Amino acid sequence: MTWRQDDAAAARAWIGPTRPYDLLKEFAIALVVVVVLAAALAALFSSPDEPPVTLAAWARADPMDFVTTALSELDGSSGTATYGPPYVALPGAGQRIGPLNLQQLAGVRIPIDPAVDFVLEPLRTAAAGDPSLDQALRSWTAATTAERRRWVSAYATALRSASVIDGTIQAPGGDYGPVGELMQSELTLAQDGGLEGAMLTRHAFYATDYTKPLLFLADGSYLGSLAERQHLLGDQWGMMNETGSYPGQTWLWLYTLWYQVPPFSSSGNADALVWALMLVLTTGFVLVPWIPGLRSLPRRLRIYRRIWRDYYRELAR
Amino acid sequence: MWTARVRKAAERALPPDRLLPDRQPAFVSSWVYVFGSATLAALVTLVLSGTWLALEGPDWWHTSRVGHFLNSVHFWGVQLFFFAMVLHLWGKFLMGAWRGRRRTTWLVGALAFLVSVGTGLTGYVLQQNFASQWISTQAKDGFNAVGIGAFFNVLNLGQMLTLHVLIMPAAVVAITVVHLLLVRHRGVVPPYDAAEEHLSEELG
Repeated sequence: MTWRQDDAAAARAWIGPTRPYDLLKEFAIALVVVVVLAAALAALFSSPDEPPVTLAAWARADPMDFVTTALSELDGSSGTATYGPPYVALPGAGQRIGPLNLQQLAGVRIPIDPAVDFVLEPLRTAAAGDPSLDQALRSWTAATTAERRRWVSAYATALRSASVIDGTIQAPGGDYGPVGELMQSELTLAQDGGLEGAMLTRHAFYATDYTKPLLFLADGSYLGSLAERQHLLGDQWGMMNETGSYPGQTWLWLYTLWYQVPPFSSSGNADALVWALMLVLTTGFVLVPWIPGLRSLPRRLRIYRRIWRDYYRELAR
Repeated sequence: MWTARVRKAAERALPPDRLLPDRQPAFVSSWVYVFGSATLAALVTLVLSGTWLALEGPDWWHTSRVGHFLNSVHFWGVQLFFFAMVLHLWGKFLMGAWRGRRRTTWLVGALAFLVSVGTGLTGYVLQQNFASQWISTQAKDGFNAVGIGAFFNVLNLGQMLTLHVLIMPAAVVAITVVHLLLVRHRGVVPPYDAAEEHLSEELG
């Protein structure tokens, strides 16, 4: 039979044999079964709730990674500083689908200045009773771009042979202006637990938007190293995994799959390309009944013979 | 009056014996048919457990044993919801359930699946734990890469909270209601190669 004949036949009203069928009863039974099953699984296996990483925990556990990240925010080389829209205005930045850069088209709608938002403003709140920090901030603000670059470069070199002992950065001496003081203050502020608050509540008492501390956290390598241990990285099928041994968003398996295979696994535009591909596939999924060939696939697969086997058996008699 | 016309049209499209029939075609005898009801039951479980969690506020389940249990019910409810829904989708695909003027029913059901995936994501990123930190900082790259992240910021807890407890579930429920009404309006799809004497000359 052709698709049109199948379609026309299925549109006709059913006058064949029927049987009693209580839809409400079926739903009530299904509801009881699902509630009991969900409650039993909850009682047996609980649910994951790995505590969040605080900036204080990061600054204490891996102070060198923390300081290196803060320095990259200050000199504009961090992940966020070079991200482009929607955070930073940076011509040419952003992922592309061929010539199309949707990231740029959407524009900067969540403006962030990493040096100011992640380092300088939080330190200004801490500088009220700290003349030395206040002076360091003034020096940084008054300096030329060339001076800042020279200081940061010198401090980055010094950090390579630096260590942190009892919360104090032990770096070799050098001409890095106020940068050493700024980085030490940032580290101390974070270790004391004040950095999240300083990032969150610049303009308000309440806070519901964690964009800034999360971006700062993600710029470091500490968060990623913890995620790797939990098998949550993109190349570990991380998007469909969950902390511990719990099932994650397994329904994202197809989306996650593309990140594991070339060309997506090695492309700088992987996210945009995977989204474009998924848009095509999703459109196909939604429009299956309109796509010749695909809409007739169930007839060719013949698995319907098993689903309706009782009906066909009766028909054969 | 237009209201009377709407009422009459609704009565014509879904008379009571079609909305909640007490008989079904005899071929409706496979376990495949259960997964639609199971998906709906899981959705009700999610709405109930989610409503309780929402009433107590987003921090509660981290500090209360009852709250943690309820979160666990919600967590496993999500797993059961998608498990049942995916089986329902496969079942309907293998039955070619879009035949006979039922294409819109498939389309709306597919939309329900897609919106549910989005709803699930907004839930994962507002858990306020390590998983939500990691998922949100990774997911942002996907949304940003296609320009959506500028409007749908997975790092903004407040935005995700309102989306997850109000806007997205309302959308899932609304789409599901439309899907159910379409299912009842058109009835279940008959088998391929159904006997001629089992099919009326009239449209269903």
